[in-house]
Amino acid sequence: MILLTRNPLDDIAITATVRDPRNGGVVTFLGVTRNQTDGRKVLHLEYEAYPDMAEKMLEQIALEVKSKWAMSECSIAHRFGRVEIGEVSLVVAVGSPHRAEAFAACAFVVDRIKENVPIWKKEFFADGETWVGMEGRHAKAT
Amino acid sequence: MRLHIKLFAILRQRASAPEVTLELPEGTTVAAMLAQLQTQHPGLLTDAPSIMVAVNMEYVGHDHAVRNGDEIALIPPVSGGDL
Repeated sequence: MILLTRNPLDDIAITATVRDPRNGGVVTFLGVTRNQTDGRKVLHLEYEAYPDMAEKMLEQIALEVKSKWAMSECSIAHRFGRVEIGEVSLVVAVGSPHRAEAFAACAFVVDRIKENVPIWKKEFFADGETWVGMEGRHAKAT
Repeated sequence: MRLHIKLFAILRQRASAPEVTLELPEGTTVAAMLAQLQTQHPGLLTDAPSIMVAVNMEYVGHDHAVRNGDEIALIPPVSGGDL
């Protein structure tokens, strides 16, 4: 299941989509909005997406998981719009027959998402706001 | 051909618009398109080397030729998920 939504993410329900009697290992990663960056207090965040392309790329990543780790199931959900501190912005759930594949596949998916899926994060501080990746930290050109 | 180029995040904010329009000859390369964009919208691509270009929702290189009707987007560095 691939989901891009403005609404809060239900990680239990998303995890349930990869539960299967064949899968003895289920790993769920939650990306949670942090309350500080480099010592500066973050008030809230906003995510912006290029929705059609982001969904397409997330579908491709989920397919990649199924081809790299046979019989694995993968669901990915990402919030966009305003997200409060402590809320879940990303859920990656992977179910595999054994735990090693589930851990590896989940880490793979999170890394791939950060690499080039068109979703942007803006941090709001008391004294300003920053697009992460663009203005100082995390800048990455591939 | 007239190209509507989608902008996101910091680029959308800088341009105060979700897209910009350029008039270019059919088959123009991405590199030439970016050069034209620099001329018409100075200040938009101050960090050009870190900007990627997607055509029809696929990342392309700067030698890619753009066709009439292509969906084009400028992709500033992404920050998906929890960093």
